[in-house]
Amino acid sequence: MAAIEIPPLNFAALLPLLIVVFTGLAVLILDLFIADKRSLGWISLIGVLLAGVAGSMQQGLAGFNPAFQSVAIVDGYAHFFNLIFVVAAALSILVALGYLGRVGLQKGEYYVLLLFSTAGMMVMAAATDLMVVFLGLETMSIALYIMAALDRKRQTSGEAGVKYFLMGSFSSAFFLYGVALVYGATGSTNVNTIGQVLSGGGQGPLALLGLGLMLIGFAFKVAAVPFQWWTPDVYHGAPTAVTTFMSVGAKAAGFAAMIRVLMVSFSPAFTLNWQPALVVLAVLTMTLGNIAALAQKDVKRMLAYSSIAHAGYIFVGVAAGTAEGVSAALFYLMVYAFMNTGAFAVVGALEKKNHIGTKLSEYAGLHGRSPWLAAAMAVFLFSLTGFPPLAGFWGKLYLFRAAVNANLTWLAVVAVINSGVAVYYYFGVIVQMYMKPAEDGQAAFPGINIATKLALTVAAAATVLIGLAPGSIIAMAISGIFG
Amino acid sequence: MPVDYLPILILILVAAAFAVIALVVPFYLGPRNPTKVKSDTYESGKLPYGDARRQVPVHYYMVAMLFMMFDIEVVFLYPWAVIFRQLKVFGLLEMGVFIAILLTGYIYIWKKGALEWN
Repeated sequence: MAAIEIPPLNFAALLPLLIVVFTGLAVLILDLFIADKRSLGWISLIGVLLAGVAGSMQQGLAGFNPAFQSVAIVDGYAHFFNLIFVVAAALSILVALGYLGRVGLQKGEYYVLLLFSTAGMMVMAAATDLMVVFLGLETMSIALYIMAALDRKRQTSGEAGVKYFLMGSFSSAFFLYGVALVYGATGSTNVNTIGQVLSGGGQGPLALLGLGLMLIGFAFKVAAVPFQWWTPDVYHGAPTAVTTFMSVGAKAAGFAAMIRVLMVSFSPAFTLNWQPALVVLAVLTMTLGNIAALAQKDVKRMLAYSSIAHAGYIFVGVAAGTAEGVSAALFYLMVYAFMNTGAFAVVGALEKKNHIGTKLSEYAGLHGRSPWLAAAMAVFLFSLTGFPPLAGFWGKLYLFRAAVNANLTWLAVVAVINSGVAVYYYFGVIVQMYMKPAEDGQAAFPGINIATKLALTVAAAATVLIGLAPGSIIAMAISGIFG
Repeated sequence: MPVDYLPILILILVAAAFAVIALVVPFYLGPRNPTKVKSDTYESGKLPYGDARRQVPVHYYMVAMLFMMFDIEVVFLYPWAVIFRQLKVFGLLEMGVFIAILLTGYIYIWKKGALEWN
């Protein structure tokens, strides 16, 4: 019998992923023997940061590093998304360190699942094979389903877990069916090969149908209208430390895989087919997200709808279908990682046991009770609104400019009007914090955990600093575009 | 060529006809005399008790899930064992990593008491 040739496996290219996975396994075992679960959080944080360092060291090496027989590629694009996932995971761990203990949920499983989920996200960003995209998608999602139900004794958390699981598996099925049809049309599941075959022309309806089903799968994951029904209940019902992570991480990972598939496999042959679909998704997602957010009386639920609206803004950049649009979407996701985790960190810091303390009226007079917390929340909300000179402003500017340059001026106008609508509900919180007196019976603020303070400081500093000097992150986002 | 698929069409027709005949002919020719025992639910010859719609301990699902996992492990182990010599040290290391990851999960479920049956 002939000797089996071992294919070259580029383990080094996947170093950040491997670090995250092995930290996860280590924390899983340590969880059994360590009673103080907070130390698990700090270990996880070190692991995540190490993965970030490993990733940025690789970035210096540049170039394209195909790994595992071209099912994954570690390029500037994957690096950039890895950085977003590291930011989201690290900030969420810091939020959790303060939050979980206070609401009586200090479980080691949170950190384990967060690390495994992060690994899945990294796989999604680096994958160049649709089956591997699916693998990453499931690794990420299954961990998130369990995390959503972490507070399983509370009904809303259990509901969040079940709802997310049912909807998520349903959308995974859509995605998988799409992959099967695309495979049928092109004879490959490799993103690059599909692109070459489709550019040759001839494969019409079947590939198009596959693309449509895959888009539905992705739209579920990034919470785009009309596939957003699960989002408010899941984001609101899940423990805040979990919402912090999934509102940023899962969205970024969904966009990571979607943009690569659209831009590499289905461009330029099918650009004219998917562009109108994305434009419709963008308009619906922005408008419905913002209008529904207007009516919310609960800050956590309002932020859930706001995260739907932000997915819409990012769709504006993706719908442009240009390199500029992609880099704008990348930049926005990075900015969003800081400002959204920051906003949820404040929600988590104010929350008491049994999911109490997220109502808008309970933010009244926060300025008097805890001026720094109120100031941090104001920074995040101003940035989410898109006020200059904060990071969110530049993010929106680049997204909308990309749309204008792609002859989608009207789409940019719709997006700007939507940003105007959003001012109303973001400012509602600021008005409560600064202009309303605290309600009777609102106890003085108990003080914030050091880890939460750290998370808030980092997120707020990044939101301000990226706003003042967006250049370096933009340069990174531009280098993140694949050839 | 569509004509190449003709045998498949014929096969479909034959299969459909067989199913129809097997159902219709006994319906008219066969004697019918049902008793309570005959129309009872049949499951491997065990006597049925109670309704199917009752609560089942969640533990059954845990055990089923764990069984699946370690069953799949064996699915990977068999082909590996067959070409073990050709894969050399590389194969040994890869399988070591695979088993180590599964073992981590095993230690976890064991310590967590998922294997206890009360």
